[in-house]
Amino acid sequence: MDTLLQQIVNGFVQGSVYAMVALGYTMVYGILGLINFAHGEVVMVGAMVALSVIQLLIDSGLPPLLILLISLIISIVVCMALGYGIERIAYRPLRNAPRLAPLITAIGVSIVLQNLAMMFWGREYHAFPSLLPNNSHMLSGAIITEVQILIVFVALGMMGGLLLLMHRTRLGRAMRAVAENPSAAVLMGVNINGVIAITFMLGSALAAVAGIMVSANYGIVHYYMGSILGLKAFTAAVLGGIGNMRGAMVGGLLLGLIESLGAGYIGDLSGGFLGSHYQDVFAFFVLISVLIFRPSGLLGERVAERA
Amino acid sequence: MPYNQSFLLLALSVAILSACGESKKSVNSNIDELVVKIGAAAPLTGPQAHIGKDNENGTRMAIEDANTKGVIIGGRKARFELISEDDQADPKTATIVAQKLVDAKVNGVIGHLNSGTSIPASRIYSDNGIPQISPSATAVSYTAQGLKTAFRVMSNDGQQGKALGEFAAKILNAKKIAVIDDRSAYGQGLADEFIKSAQANGAQIVTREYTTDKAVDFTAVLTSIKGKHPDLLFFGGMDPQGVPMAKQLKALGLNIKFVMGDGGYTPKLLNLAGDAANGVYASLPGVPLEQMPGGKDFSQRYEAKYKQPIQLYAPYCYDAVNVMIATMQKAASADPAKYLPELAKITHGGVTANIAFDEKGDIKGGAVTLYQVQQGKWQPLQTMGGNTVISAH
Amino acid sequence: MRNVLKHLSSKNRRSAWLTFVVFAIVLLALPFFTDALFGRGWVRIVDFALLYIMLALGLNIVVGYAGLLDLGYIAFFAVGAYCYALLGSPQLGLHLPFWIVLPLGALLACIFGVLLGAPTLRLRGDYLAIVTLGFGEIIRIFLNNLNAPINITNGPQGISMIDPIRVGEFSLGNTHELFGLTFPSVHLHYYLFLFFTLLVIFISLRLEDSRIGRAWMAIREDEVAAKAMGINTRNIKLLAFAMGATFGGLAGGLFAGFQGFVSPESFSLTESITVLCMVVLGGMGNINGVLLGGILLVVLPEALRHGSGPAQQLLFGKTFIDPESLRMLLFGLALITVMLWRPAGLWPSNQRRRELVTKNDSAHL
Repeated sequence: MDTLLQQIVNGFVQGSVYAMVALGYTMVYGILGLINFAHGEVVMVGAMVALSVIQLLIDSGLPPLLILLISLIISIVVCMALGYGIERIAYRPLRNAPRLAPLITAIGVSIVLQNLAMMFWGREYHAFPSLLPNNSHMLSGAIITEVQILIVFVALGMMGGLLLLMHRTRLGRAMRAVAENPSAAVLMGVNINGVIAITFMLGSALAAVAGIMVSANYGIVHYYMGSILGLKAFTAAVLGGIGNMRGAMVGGLLLGLIESLGAGYIGDLSGGFLGSHYQDVFAFFVLISVLIFRPSGLLGERVAERA
Repeated sequence: MPYNQSFLLLALSVAILSACGESKKSVNSNIDELVVKIGAAAPLTGPQAHIGKDNENGTRMAIEDANTKGVIIGGRKARFELISEDDQADPKTATIVAQKLVDAKVNGVIGHLNSGTSIPASRIYSDNGIPQISPSATAVSYTAQGLKTAFRVMSNDGQQGKALGEFAAKILNAKKIAVIDDRSAYGQGLADEFIKSAQANGAQIVTREYTTDKAVDFTAVLTSIKGKHPDLLFFGGMDPQGVPMAKQLKALGLNIKFVMGDGGYTPKLLNLAGDAANGVYASLPGVPLEQMPGGKDFSQRYEAKYKQPIQLYAPYCYDAVNVMIATMQKAASADPAKYLPELAKITHGGVTANIAFDEKGDIKGGAVTLYQVQQGKWQPLQTMGGNTVISAH
Repeated sequence: MRNVLKHLSSKNRRSAWLTFVVFAIVLLALPFFTDALFGRGWVRIVDFALLYIMLALGLNIVVGYAGLLDLGYIAFFAVGAYCYALLGSPQLGLHLPFWIVLPLGALLACIFGVLLGAPTLRLRGDYLAIVTLGFGEIIRIFLNNLNAPINITNGPQGISMIDPIRVGEFSLGNTHELFGLTFPSVHLHYYLFLFFTLLVIFISLRLEDSRIGRAWMAIREDEVAAKAMGINTRNIKLLAFAMGATFGGLAGGLFAGFQGFVSPESFSLTESITVLCMVVLGGMGNINGVLLGGILLVVLPEALRHGSGPAQQLLFGKTFIDPESLRMLLFGLALITVMLWRPAGLWPSNQRRRELVTKNDSAHL
């Protein structure tokens, strides 16, 4: 019983990590209908920049939380600039292009960012200093650390904040207008380019936060970390219904739970024939089954197809 | 047709770029000098790039040492040249790289890093009669293909897994063992051999779990291992996974012995895992560097030269080059056809071990040393197998 | 290629035949020229380029013609390769001849194509992309893990010592002397691959102009309208998956015979994406474009590998950036610039070009 509870906690934490990254995917997709494949790399850059700032300040005698805050701010700023740059250079000129063209530039941007990061931060893995208190707590039989608790709350906070932004502010209304019908939005006096640029910058800021939280949890960063995380988060976003904020959260948590329960119980369920090496098969199988019955994800409202 | 023009332009630029690549080979050298080209292949980009670069550094150091020292082969002064290629840890690229090294008329090859690249490449070296010494490929099948040109200076999975299994069952007295592997050729191969050996020595394998070589979150498999109450966990994989695994073990309150293969014996593990590293066990083929003549000197010079500690296999690359050079000297020729038969018979005192090859091309004896992290440092515990049994304690 | 074929049936036969003959001679002599000019490594690169062209042409049917975004295409390549490897190696002790194994691999891939296609018929666009991606990963994970409890695929260790492609005593794995010329193994494979590539091109061309091809394009443009026009969209979409997969399986079998070793790491997601890049970069739906994309994406990284170091030497007198790091960086930049410069690909199909013009009028994002 303890094992089951622990697996659920594990899945929740892992799922929150996915959800944080998935929110960035979904936000851009919701407005532009475009998969920003470079999002995972922005997460990586966020983590790497934070690492550099922390390494710079760690011996300065400042309190650890302040250092973390400074690194968070700097990494958010860098990532926002990066997000703006990516949109401006790789996506904006292609808004009227065939649907797959921005996909290829996105792949190009990922490769470029990865290799720049490799040149800049080196090929090796880096330790991410633990600045946050990270004690373990018992939660009726299951163990959870403070950073993990923080991750769950940050993910929820991000989603709540985005929902508020989308539905309670002028900017949010403009964003929804652009998503609904860009040409009508222009006629209503919405600055489309501005709104899209802000969307990207917001998404990238979320990526920076996610990058730092992920690194703080696992304590290890590498220039390659973005790609696999991005892929998982993208899967989560689709599972929940890409373009939908709540969907990203639900999809992320669900994927996390599927993975951890799959890894934990797949062996017992299949009588020892399959083991935890089929964890991803299990996850994709659930995804495919969900999509067969709900072709646009769990909470997706519309069939996402750009003409 | 503008399309044809643009195509021409691209084709032209490609041709120019590739022509640039060819132009530098025609540098003429001193006639008396014997130019010996040593090929090296390892992933220099991608997730394993840091280990690949370490291999290249080790190889380069051996070659520069030989050039400063001055080596005479068959009465002529030899000048060694390094031709390093990036195989991207990809089997397909590995064959292209192998063919290129063959084209460049290398006298021998140090590589590749992975078994998955060494095996397909070995066929090409063999077809062209070029000796290949892998510093780090451990899959048993690499030398089991029956190729005369394939050698390695690293114990294979069978040798290392056997030592690790004995160590876990006999010396650490583990009765119930859990095993995780990363489903890479290296991790799976080593874990399989470990299990065989541990079982043969009386231990029970309570569960076998799996992860990938890209994962960072192992809480799910560790939780289910916790439910089986083992007293030792063996992980077949590399340090990037070993570090978070060690941390998550502690976080989950699973205080059991944690053992890895050579993929864990890295300075990075100490540096990355911090406190969580203390108590971790790992093995490394060969004898501890400090105990080998020239070993300590090698590691000091490496650190001074490359401003970083040895990652993993640099000493093996260094040895591989030196074995090759020693054989060339003995055969009085750098011609692969002439020195290849000698390679099978050579004995050479390297910085990792005394190197000699068996009939398959595997390193003879294959000593394996076990280490533990104590107070933030790797401490050798015991050397097993091999001709010389050296115990540190 | 298309021009050549079209010319053959046109009035101006003499010049057409002349072009054809010149073209044929160039193709036949290519491995010898490449060998002499750049070295044998480049012949091997050309061989791989042909394999990738076959893959790209297969994917072009799915993505380019039928408009179904497939991110797991490499799985069919894997199925073909493993089929060859299992039936022609010591792994299972079977050594069946390649003319049985190769078609079998293609057939098996075709079946897998239908298996993948069936559950995904209702999905569109990006949802289809993630499901196909998942499918590709599932195949790779199974290949990677099926070494226990029964050892079928030998797991991550891969299968080595695969039989070379061989007819009777004539093995493509060895060097042969024919008509006074020396044909090394890579040259022989080149001719075999060239034959299959031309075959795939020919089939693609015939399909493109057929009823089926038009049905695919109708689905690509508007599935609902296509259905209303009486096209059986289900069968036609399945056919696209099946055809594409068959070519992939064929290329996979050839790959296994050529390489002599297969392991699951050769069939990762990155490979699927590379093939997709070839199709999109070259020009979706246009065979010339796909050929161009395939050649470029195989040759460019290799050329950059060899060119970037010496080019720096030439320009600045020393090497500033490690050529290996620079290579992938330049590759990424090339992807971006080409797409910005020609959003429909380097060599788009005529139809696509027309669409682009009309679509610019209605502002859509």
